[in-house]
Parts: sequence; C-alpha cells; structure tokens
Amino acid sequence: MPAFDLPDAEAQCAELAELIRPRLQPDTVLVGIHSGGAWVARRLRELLGLRNEIGLIDVSFYRDDYRARGLHARVKPSSIPFDVEGRPLILVDDVLYTGRTTRAAINELFDYGRPSSIQLAVLADRGRRQLPICADYCAWRVDLDASQELILSAETGDRLQWSLAEHA
Amino acid sequence: MHNPQLNANGELTHLLSIEGLPRAVINHILDTASSFLKVSDRNVKKVPLLRGKSVFNVFFENSTRTRTTFEIAAKRLSADVINLDVTRSSTAKGETLLDTVDNLVAMHADMFVVRHAASGAPHLIADHLRRLGRNDVHVVNAGDGSHAHPTQGLLDMYTIRHYKKDFTNLAVAIVGDILHSRVARSDIHALTTLGAAEVRAVGPQTLLPTAIERMGVRVCHDLGTGLRDCDVVIMLRLQNERMNGALLPSAREYFRCYGLTPAMLALAKPDAIVMHPGPMNRGVEIDSDVADGPQAVILPQVTFGIAVRMAVMGILAGN
Repeated sequence: MPAFDLPDAEAQCAELAELIRPRLQPDTVLVGIHSGGAWVARRLRELLGLRNEIGLIDVSFYRDDYRARGLHARVKPSSIPFDVEGRPLILVDDVLYTGRTTRAAINELFDYGRPSSIQLAVLADRGRRQLPICADYCAWRVDLDASQELILSAETGDRLQWSLAEHA
Repeated sequence: MHNPQLNANGELTHLLSIEGLPRAVINHILDTASSFLKVSDRNVKKVPLLRGKSVFNVFFENSTRTRTTFEIAAKRLSADVINLDVTRSSTAKGETLLDTVDNLVAMHADMFVVRHAASGAPHLIADHLRRLGRNDVHVVNAGDGSHAHPTQGLLDMYTIRHYKKDFTNLAVAIVGDILHSRVARSDIHALTTLGAAEVRAVGPQTLLPTAIERMGVRVCHDLGTGLRDCDVVIMLRLQNERMNGALLPSAREYFRCYGLTPAMLALAKPDAIVMHPGPMNRGVEIDSDVADGPQAVILPQVTFGIAVRMAVMGILAGN
C-alpha cells in the first residue's frame, strides 16, 4: 500500500489541459501512446475542444528491449489519421519514467513524416530517467522507487484511476 | 511431448508446420500481422525490429514469388537479406544440406527461410541447430515437399478472418489437387485448430490423398456439392506436370469438372470469398470472370502475406 493517497487522475487531466491550452496552435494534434496515453489523449481532446482526431501509437516495433523481451504483448495497430508532415504534435503518455518509450515513439512518428515540432505531455513524471528527455507539460511529479509501478487504469464508466503495485 | 517449434518457455522459435501449433500462438501471429499491415501504408515502410539481423533465404527449389515476399517482409523489418539459389550452387557441387547450413551459421545467419522439395527438410535443419545449441538461430519453412507451407496457411487464415471475422460458423471448400498440395494441408490444420465448422476437400479421387477424412474434412468428388452454401472457396493450382502422370485426362476436361466458373460459384453463399495461393492457371482451375470478379480476394491475400511473414519473423527473432 502506498504511504500517501494517490491523486485524482481525472482532476489531473483537467490541470494538464490548462497547462497545454495557452500554447495550442490551430493545427496542433495529439498522439497518445497505447494504452494509458491514449486514454489521456482522448480526455485532453475533449477538454481542449480539439476538432482534429487524435493519433494512436503502439511502440512495440521500436522498443529497445525487443532483443531481451521479444514480441509478446498484444500489439495494437498504430493509427495516425492525419498528415504528420509540417504539423505541431503533442505526444501524450500517462507515466514518464525511463524515457525509453518516448524515444521509441518519437522514432516511430518520424517514419510517418517530419512534424514541425513534438512536445511531450504526461500525467505523471516519476523521475529516474535513463535518457535525456523531459516533459513540456506535467500534472504530477512524484519520486517512486524502482520496485514500485504506477498504473493508470480505466475503471467502469471510463473513469481514469491510479494504482500502485509493489514488485519484489 | 517435445514440440520442435517451441522453446523451453513454450514460445515459438521455429515455424515448421501449423500442425501442433496451439490456437493462442496462431492468434498471436494473426494479431501481430494486423499491426504490421499498417506499416506498409506509411511514408517509411520499415520498422527497426530486425536491424542488424541476417536473414538467409535458402531455396533448394525454385519459387521466385514466395522468395520475394519473404525478402520484402524481412526488408520491411530492417533485416539484411541474403538470397541463395542453392540449386545452382553448393548442392549442385555435392554439398549436403547440413553442411550448407553449417557454412551459413559460420557466416552469422540469424534466420533461415527454407524451401525444399523434400518433406521434413526444415525440420531436419531446426533439429540440427538444436543439437548445436544454437537456440538463437531460427528456421521458417517456406514450403517442404507436399508436407507444409505454414506461412501460406497463416495468410489464408488472416484473409478469412479479415472478411469473415469468426471461424466457428464457416464452411470452407478446398478445391483441386489436394494430394500434392502443402497449402491444402496447412489450411486444413489451421482451420481445424481455429474451429471452422466444416472443411470440405473437393477434387477427383486421383488428386485426393487416401484417408484424408482422418484430418477432419468432408470429401466431395462433385464440385457442385462441395461448393453448396459454403462461405470460403480456396482454389488450388493444378500443376501441369500432373497431366503427364496419368492422374488427369486433360486440362480442358479438368476445367469442365472442377473449374470455378461464375455458374459454379453461384452455388456458394452470395457473400462467399474466392482465394487462390497463386500462380493461377486461368481456364484450368479458375475462370477469368471469377478471378477478376467481385468475390475474388486473391490480390489482398498477397498484401496480407507480407504482413503475416513480418509477424512470423518478428516473433521468431525475439524468442
């Protein structure tokens, strides 16, 4: 059990949206990383009233631990329903940790075209980065031990909720 | 029982045959293939998964088309692909199959895609690698004798799933030279594993293997009976060399009895799809009006085949 109360993820989505709003450009599109990032991106799109569809990416084919872990998890198709070329993108994820997923996502996005910019929005930054990556927008900074896993899940009625798991 | 296709953790390490593959493994391959399908539509039609890996296409039997689809699939995974036409080189000089393999392993091959006229050749190579302790080298069967052609079977399943969603209510007719067809055997095993309601083997007595009923199929010698109310028709290529073996009187007579014409296809369900592994013999097993008609999904099969082969290689190389 966590030594502190986990914050309300829905309220954090609203905070994140307010951080993004002042810097939105007319043609900005959101790209969520499967699966937690996709939920957050959908929320942000509603909150910000964006007309553009969001993009979804699954980074399985770009991961740097393929050699060690193989292709096991259910891979979901990436879907980028807009032209990436010349567009400002905001990459959205639930948790920023080592930075490796973000690295893989950026590499994948460039295989669709050359965006004018990519920013990173995350609900939580749990520290302990292994790559030179940082978030442009972040609702919650929390220092967690490597043995802990911060998990976002979509409860019944689609309500987003945090939970914390301990690994031996 | 030891399954030569799976490693100690029960993961797929070689693809030799669909026979004996658990349903979950087949579904994992098909699900992964649907993600790879989108890669071919992108600006950059490549993912970095097999970057730095060497895939050797080792074809002891000619097949430009199958070799090319494996080559494209491996290149879209960023692997380095080396094509060896062994029929014209080492084997012609008297080298044995396993000596050829040992030489390629010494060149740091990571994967072999093998086509051989002898049933069991890919299995022999996989077994040899296991005895060498080379669990990091993988084998894909690209067709061995009349035994198996698992990637064709998988791409056929991908195609059926794409158009029909679910296997449990399907009647599937496989028509033609089943006796010599590794595609037919792979399709039958896959359909049975995925729970298709009914699989029919349709063809003349001389082109059906004896005791094929034991594979769980219904035998029909009459094309009309075989096609009636079915959801999927898989046409097989009639190999011209069969004519010389006195198995058939003539191509014209074969077409009259077993050729798929629009009138014959009308006996199947109105939304039935028509598949063919290629290359087609128009006017021998299939009429041009059917091959080019709205129910044919023969070209989508080719597109799906690339994605399925990417999935197979992507999964094997990671295990």
